[in-house]
Amino acid sequence: MDLSQPVDVLVLGGGNAALTAAIIARRAGARVLVLECSPKEFRGGNSRHTRNLRCMHDKPTDVLTEAYPEEEYWQDLVRVTGGKTDELLARLTIRQSSDCRAWMVEHGVRFQPSLKGTLHLSRTNAFFLGGGKALVNAYYRTAERLGIEVLYDTEVRDLCLKDGRIQSATIARNGATHELRAKVVVAAAGGFESNLGWLKEVWGDVADNFLVRGTPFNMGRVLRVLIDNGVEAIGDPTQCHAVACDARSPKFDGGIITRVDAISLGIVVNQHAVRFYDEGEDFWPKRYAIWGRLVAGQPNQMAYVVFDAKAMGNFVPPVYPPFQAPSIAALAQAIQLDPAALTATVTAFNSAVRPGRFNHGILDDCCTADLSPPKSHWARPVDTPPFFAYPLRPGITFTYLAVKVNDRAQVLLQDGTPVKNLFAAGEIMAGNILGKGYLAGIGMTIGTVFGRIAGQEAARHVLG
Amino acid sequence: MSSVKPIPKKLVEQGEFFMRICNACRYCEAYCAVFPALERRLTFGEGDLNYLANLCHNCGSCLDACQYAPPHEFQLNFPRALAEIRGATYEKYSWPGSLAGLFRKNGLGVSLIAAASLAVFLIAVSALAGPAMRSAHSVAQGAFYAVVSHNAMVLSFGAVALFVLLAFTVGLVRFWRDTGEPCGALASPSAWARAANDILWLTNLDGGGEGCIYPEEEPSLSRRVLHHVTFYGFLCCFAATTIAAGYEYLLGWLAPYGFFSVPVLLGTIGGIGLLIGPAGQLWLLWKRDPALSDPAQRGMDLSFIVLLWLTSLSGLLLLLWRETAAMGVLLAAHLGLVLGLFLTMPYGKFAHLVYRAAALLRYAIESARPAPKFGAD
Repeated sequence: MDLSQPVDVLVLGGGNAALTAAIIARRAGARVLVLECSPKEFRGGNSRHTRNLRCMHDKPTDVLTEAYPEEEYWQDLVRVTGGKTDELLARLTIRQSSDCRAWMVEHGVRFQPSLKGTLHLSRTNAFFLGGGKALVNAYYRTAERLGIEVLYDTEVRDLCLKDGRIQSATIARNGATHELRAKVVVAAAGGFESNLGWLKEVWGDVADNFLVRGTPFNMGRVLRVLIDNGVEAIGDPTQCHAVACDARSPKFDGGIITRVDAISLGIVVNQHAVRFYDEGEDFWPKRYAIWGRLVAGQPNQMAYVVFDAKAMGNFVPPVYPPFQAPSIAALAQAIQLDPAALTATVTAFNSAVRPGRFNHGILDDCCTADLSPPKSHWARPVDTPPFFAYPLRPGITFTYLAVKVNDRAQVLLQDGTPVKNLFAAGEIMAGNILGKGYLAGIGMTIGTVFGRIAGQEAARHVLG
Repeated sequence: MSSVKPIPKKLVEQGEFFMRICNACRYCEAYCAVFPALERRLTFGEGDLNYLANLCHNCGSCLDACQYAPPHEFQLNFPRALAEIRGATYEKYSWPGSLAGLFRKNGLGVSLIAAASLAVFLIAVSALAGPAMRSAHSVAQGAFYAVVSHNAMVLSFGAVALFVLLAFTVGLVRFWRDTGEPCGALASPSAWARAANDILWLTNLDGGGEGCIYPEEEPSLSRRVLHHVTFYGFLCCFAATTIAAGYEYLLGWLAPYGFFSVPVLLGTIGGIGLLIGPAGQLWLLWKRDPALSDPAQRGMDLSFIVLLWLTSLSGLLLLLWRETAAMGVLLAAHLGLVLGLFLTMPYGKFAHLVYRAAALLRYAIESARPAPKFGAD
């Protein structure tokens, strides 16, 4: 294609939010160009690793059970974010989440009942048939059918923001740079979790020990360029969705299979073989997302979950097999901890466990007494060989630092006025709604809802 | 069973790693039976891999959806890994073991055997039949036997049928032992009913609803449809032969039969199916993502398709020209091809029917048991 000619709508990014915006704008009649920085095989940003979106609904649907009303959804969001959210934008997202599935199906996405091992999400989250990459593929097929131009391996280097408008974009492609003009720009290029330098800037050296579960392509270039050009940033740059991952996982792109779900069934110790947090605080699906930060706070950002034969088979197995040994001391040797220290920790834990009726499906009465930190539920002595351990590292999925937007997905300048021809959707603005914590599937909801708004607004801006 | 050829260690190790990835991910669960089946397991021994590999229909939907597919560093090409294991199981289960090597050089093996049997037939026939071979024929009852003697036909086909039956029985026993499923579990009518449904409707080739990502990136039901045309075409031909045998032995009516007789009608419909189905599947093989296949099995796929197609073509030509002087040659060619097809069944692509069916039966049996609960539901 001729890059010297201006386009109507220039979409920066190639994931769920970007394609949703592109498809909407194209269907309204605009000429749309999508720039995806990754090669085709890795297209889709973090959407490639997702599996569902969280939907408000009043009654059971084809793939969702019971009902998930607005107020409950809102309260869930307030709880995980500790109030770090924008009620106007959040409620808008929640309301629109109830009808975006029909639009998604119309554009090729297929849904399925919740996966085995995820029954707790069957009421709130609609799962994509085949997962996020299948969704991304469906959108790219639709985009191609509609005549949307897509350029892969194309990176945005700079944006010229002058007089309250994006004047042009500097892009790099095949070793050459081009100055691209567009009537409207949609920024949907994700956060900065793949940018190890930036992570280090905000976290310090501990970031060296982080794993990036998501795409390796979210370098945060568009986010940074916008913030540097006077766009209002929102959110704490250290806030991110981070879970406890198997330490043996790849540095990038490990996705869902690196997550270790055994924590509530055992104990977690750091490199000194010392426990540091209540493993049984709440249901695992509600608490798994705090463990990335917890492990990040430990020496060398390393921890180990230790459990016994009783727990084996009661969690979704992660990809790497656990370390295994006939005794706690031998297990400690296998994972290179001090055997005496680990034995002491396990012995102290075991003797603090009170009798109770174990039930992993409820907040049961198996807890410890006079132990710090306590284990509030599902506490059973770690005493039945063989013993197992998974090594843990913090695994970042996505960051929350965002550009501030309004309810029309317009990007706001520091003085509060919107950039006239710039809209944002997806992870690059999710921090407006999700300032802290995590609610499974809400990233895709924000991306879809704001992708639609950005697409509509972009088309309106171009076509009048 | 000392001749049983084990699955290469590299395939087992790779398969085991891939299974653990899929079991931790589970995004593909709704595509087909392979994923729910693997999710019932925590560890994956060779027997599990062999079972799951034979359960896979190689539709490719999971590869299209896979976040770990190449060039990801996990290099997870699940359909291809299963295809490679599946190919190795055909060799492992085949009997006699000394013929297992035929699987490797299958394209060649099949053509050689088919050609040889064809030649033997032609020679034997012309020697025995003498002038009948080259003269024009009526469609009077028994005209075929003027060319190939009744006894020669019954003896050769009977021997081949028994051999094929024996080879597959041994193979099935080997497969079933590998799965670790007790034989007592076979006494479940509902499992047989479910397996029959999965086999006859190819329920696993619907890609979770709208069709598989096969042969190209668009969801499509073309493979399912063309496989149905092939499979039911084959069944029609098989039924035609069986009914004809009934005519002969129960009613004393000798072939050839009229155009509108039941065996000829069924044979014609089936024959047309076997022209369209295999040709269509060949076209799909041609168009599909080459990443899906195990190149070592290309010869096996091809030769089976070609043999089916030629068998059907020769049968239809025989029907068309059975009253001409070409009948003798056509009959001999057709019978030779059929014989070659049957003789190579246990060593070629046809084996997929036997082991896929057994795997689906095993799946139906284990699906009826409560699934182990991994996870904090």
